[in-house]
Amino acid sequence: MSPEAAHIESSCITEACTEEYSEKKREISSLNFKFPGELLFKISGRRKGLKGQLNRGGIFLFVFFLFMALFPSFLAPYAPNERFTPYKEPSWDHFLGTNDIGNDIFSELVYGSRISMTVGFAAALVSTLIGAILGICAGYFRGALDELLMGFTDVVLIIPKIPLIIVLGAYLQPSIWILIPVLGLLSWESTARVTRSKTLQLREAGYVKSARCMGFSSWHIMSTDIFPNLYNVLLPKFMLATASAMISEASLSFLGLSDISMKSWGTMLSFAFFRGGFIRDMWWWYTPPGICITLCIISIALIGFGLETQGKEHVREGADAM
Amino acid sequence: MNVSIVNTLLEVKDLQVFFKGIKTITALSGISFSIAESETLSLVGETGCGKSVAAHAIMRLLPSEARVKGIVKFRGKNLLELSEKEMVEIRGKEIGIIFQNPSLALNPVYSIGHQLAEPLCVHKKEKKEKALFMAAGALKNMGFANTAEYIRYYPSWCSGGMNQRFLIAASTILGPALLIADEPGKGLDRKRVSELETELKKLKFKNKTALLLISHDLSFVQRLADRVAVMYAGEIVEMADSSSIFEEPLHPYSKGLLNSLPEKGFIPIPGFSPSLSNLPSGCRFYPRCSLRKRHCIENHPDLKKINGRAVRCFLYP
Repeated sequence: MSPEAAHIESSCITEACTEEYSEKKREISSLNFKFPGELLFKISGRRKGLKGQLNRGGIFLFVFFLFMALFPSFLAPYAPNERFTPYKEPSWDHFLGTNDIGNDIFSELVYGSRISMTVGFAAALVSTLIGAILGICAGYFRGALDELLMGFTDVVLIIPKIPLIIVLGAYLQPSIWILIPVLGLLSWESTARVTRSKTLQLREAGYVKSARCMGFSSWHIMSTDIFPNLYNVLLPKFMLATASAMISEASLSFLGLSDISMKSWGTMLSFAFFRGGFIRDMWWWYTPPGICITLCIISIALIGFGLETQGKEHVREGADAM
Repeated sequence: MNVSIVNTLLEVKDLQVFFKGIKTITALSGISFSIAESETLSLVGETGCGKSVAAHAIMRLLPSEARVKGIVKFRGKNLLELSEKEMVEIRGKEIGIIFQNPSLALNPVYSIGHQLAEPLCVHKKEKKEKALFMAAGALKNMGFANTAEYIRYYPSWCSGGMNQRFLIAASTILGPALLIADEPGKGLDRKRVSELETELKKLKFKNKTALLLISHDLSFVQRLADRVAVMYAGEIVEMADSSSIFEEPLHPYSKGLLNSLPEKGFIPIPGFSPSLSNLPSGCRFYPRCSLRKRHCIENHPDLKKINGRAVRCFLYP
């Protein structure tokens, strides 16, 4: 092909392209880019055997608790602050009896799931975000920044968490809006480390190199090429962080470092303990919140472990985080 | 096809690359070449002779362990001295690269259309829809019929050959002045290779794209390249016009390479190329050379110019 002919042909192509453009605009805009559903496949974990069943059981439980937290009015017969005769035994009117000030315990339990899960997820979101950002920066830029950030991570890692949170909770006004950032700010280290190691692996990958060759900025590469490929590390980390944040929340609430106006499961346990639930042997007061905490954390942890074993390499770090 | 050298686009002078480790590996020991606008220079040679390292050194993609010396002048600017920010401006827009392994070079979480449109959105500030349309046009040029379908595909759904063509479309979509193609024909069948060849030629005439072609496929090189540089163990042993090197190779290694082609007798070169951490002091090819003399073992030959071509051998004084 001679140069002139090639040139004419190519100019024809560009002309045709621009003409067609306006016609095809609608068609293109109707194209929707869907994720191929791998993520859903991973979460639902279509695997055989005991592990698959445990995983599915975890998902079922989690969906139940999520429903409970999102639509408590469907399940709860009364509002949580409605008052009846105190210290009543379970009956048809009150499935789990009433507490010391006459609130229906079952309604309280249903509404308490909101607070517990909000604290768990929000704290996990904060910790995962901080961990992911620091991990990606450390892994991508390497060098001095890496040393600095990982040194900082090591320092945060050796801070004793629960005593610090107790001290903070005692000095600041107890509220979940204090608890969430405190829990989040103190639990991002393992996420940062795992993210960093995965980023070190990804930055040598072909598509990151070719993205650099396309002349994209570091920020663009980190946010659009590396971050989406970390989901199989970050998702299980997020779930496990949720579970551990819920445990911390329950233990702190039990110690009385929580907002009394926002009753979580841990607060309920605390009230049952300090207001005569144990002395009067009212098992319907103190066991249900404990069972709820346990089941909810187990369900989240099962999902997290299920996701993690699909990633395979990060099984041990996940177990350590618990 | 004779392109008169008017404008030198890229000039590489005495480029040296070392990898520091337990043993220092000399990947490139002083190679020099230049590429003019819309010229095709091809680097050929066996695996491990430093072809890809040269490409990566020009793009400044080598890992931090690598020590790079020399001058890489692109439009008068020394690329090795630019800051990372200035380099970002040049990569993609001015110099494009096609990588060896197509399936690894595409991001698994984005669709093909997104990946093709991304450089347009970033560099030319195009709107997403128009960029997607231009991506579809680029795919049409690469020989895909149903482009609206393909831009929704993910790299994992496609074969290696398809991914290779997607990658070529992605690298050429910005119309870079210099395209570095690292084994572009790898994994494609004969028909696709010839399509790729027409595509690259079209690019050359349309945008005056210069091409640095790195390949094992000598017949592909013969059809596409204007000049050929034969590399051996980190240095250029012979550089000449494509026609003269394929008709009358001078260096024993070039002769050996051509003789190992199936159509020319399929005679392999005996032995292996030397380890790059322990290079022989004399001519680097002497252990495998059938024409060696005592002189070759002791002294390292220089690249000498003989009527328009350069050769590194004592046979040609």
